[in-house]
Amino acid sequence: MTTPYQQQPHAPQAPGPQLGTYTSPIAQRRPGFGDALASEWTKIRSVRSTIWTLGVLVVLMLGLGLLFAVLLRANDRGETNTPVLVFGAFGVLLGSICVITLGVLTISSEYGTGMIRTTLTACPSRGRILAAKSVVFFLISFVIVTAGATLVAILQTAMVPDGPRPTSGDWLRATVGVGFYIAMLGLLSLAVGALIRHSAGAITIMIGVVLLPLVLAMFMFTASLSGLRDFLMAYSIPSQLIALYGDQLSTPGPSGWESLGIITGITAVALGGAFVSLNSRDV
Amino acid sequence: MIELEGLTKRYGSKVAVDQLSFQVRPGVVTGFLGPNGAGKSTTMRMLLDLDNPTSGSVRIDGKHYRELAEPLKYIGALLDAKAMHGGRTAYNNLLCLAQSNRIPAARVSEVLDTVGLTAVAKKKAKGFSLGMGQRLGIASALLGDPEILMFDEPVNGLDPEGIHWIRNLMKQLAGEGRTIFVSSHLMSEMALTADHLIVIGQGRLLADTSMADFIRQNSRSFVRLRSPQWERLLDVLHQAGVPFLQTGDGAIEVDNGRIEALGELAAQHQLVLHELSGQQASLEEAFMQMTAGSVEYHAHGATTPGGPPAAPPDRGGAQEPPRWGARGQDKGV
Repeated sequence: MTTPYQQQPHAPQAPGPQLGTYTSPIAQRRPGFGDALASEWTKIRSVRSTIWTLGVLVVLMLGLGLLFAVLLRANDRGETNTPVLVFGAFGVLLGSICVITLGVLTISSEYGTGMIRTTLTACPSRGRILAAKSVVFFLISFVIVTAGATLVAILQTAMVPDGPRPTSGDWLRATVGVGFYIAMLGLLSLAVGALIRHSAGAITIMIGVVLLPLVLAMFMFTASLSGLRDFLMAYSIPSQLIALYGDQLSTPGPSGWESLGIITGITAVALGGAFVSLNSRDV
Repeated sequence: MIELEGLTKRYGSKVAVDQLSFQVRPGVVTGFLGPNGAGKSTTMRMLLDLDNPTSGSVRIDGKHYRELAEPLKYIGALLDAKAMHGGRTAYNNLLCLAQSNRIPAARVSEVLDTVGLTAVAKKKAKGFSLGMGQRLGIASALLGDPEILMFDEPVNGLDPEGIHWIRNLMKQLAGEGRTIFVSSHLMSEMALTADHLIVIGQGRLLADTSMADFIRQNSRSFVRLRSPQWERLLDVLHQAGVPFLQTGDGAIEVDNGRIEALGELAAQHQLVLHELSGQQASLEEAFMQMTAGSVEYHAHGATTPGGPPAAPPDRGGAQEPPRWGARGQDKGV
């Protein structure tokens, strides 16, 4: 044998078959959404990119959160009234790039590798595939970002004694709210990945969506653009995220839980577009 | 049973598949033959509902593909060897497919065993050779133990042992009563595996016939004669009323001629023969002649004018037109 794999003698799978009819001995049961979820869970846990992106996400969130806590503890904060929790936003903002990457890859890697043809042959319902991928991806990123944000919030409030104490509403927004927001941003990336079908392209677009509005706003000096500048400043994705922590880059902007409504609305539209695109386009 | 009716696919103004209608019957291996770019893969993708037909329809046991509850238990397909995620192990690539169709996980190990990949089940698919990738694709097709199996160019990239294995596997699967639909651009490969033959060229149906019929109609046998006195030989044949063809290289071919009779004829006229041999035109030649008008990508430079590469010598228009076309169309449409 020169080949690394061995050929097995082939045993007949069904005794005494009749010409023209073949009945599979595997039981026929109608698969449901749960089976699609199980399949997508196997897919996401069995590739290395998931471990890498989520690993880097956790390192960024905890590392930067801890770094800020140490710096704040060592230095006098002076007069600022900035809530303590907002210092967790930097790690989350950088970490969101990891979530975006994972969201895009969840679907675009299937196009990149050709796996999508196999996937859709196994499950021809595009809606079910998109929904199963969305649910699995959303839950994973929601749990990890929420856990990370909670840990950072606990560390920072414990290590930085001065400043206004967060209320229970602040706590909830800075943990569960942030987890939901970032997971939804990842879901938006998944939808963009389904529309673009190209990993690098979709990731670039999503990083642009996160950063460009704020960068553009910084260069809008003229008075005629001030309205647009203020809008971009207030509603860019970093601004929405910081608003969840109870701070604002500019006023008037989103406050309280409003950011979640905005991102959910945008994502719903994008997912609708992705569904239509998946249903109508050739693979 | 797969039924195609008036299946058409247009990309802009280019027609990839043109009004294709045929049936793939169970219990036999149906070969789907055509030159590169004839529309074989497009047709197969439309069968699986991956591409939307411009018009026409495909029915699998009377149902549209999207109506199949668990497609993998109905129809298994090998489209191309690399339709798997390279970063995932062979086992996990199959496991996620199995889960989506409620196929027990034990079946994954079973099919890996069938295709001989058990030893590399935990290895990532991207490290696989083309042949191993092909085997993994076949394993995914067999996963649901389906009654219909579709293979797009399954022998591509396989070593002789692998090719032999695929041939036997397809025959065995058909013997179990399954419907086997296999595409190829190699006539010689089809001649060995297929019982029924569907030939397309530029998206159009050229033939829908049993393999035995195709061989009978297209294996032209002739006697080849070479002589230094070929002008006299021509006169003799002419006088004897034997129809013949002159080839470009100075030989003479007599269709369905008897070697003995021709030898005796030459002896009677005291002609010197340098060659007197019985010949059989290959099915490959018959296939190339059939599709010559519809080959999309001709190689230039090495080809002789007026014929496809490696075609039989130019017969100066004496060749009768192909006989299979009309017959095939009658059956198919």
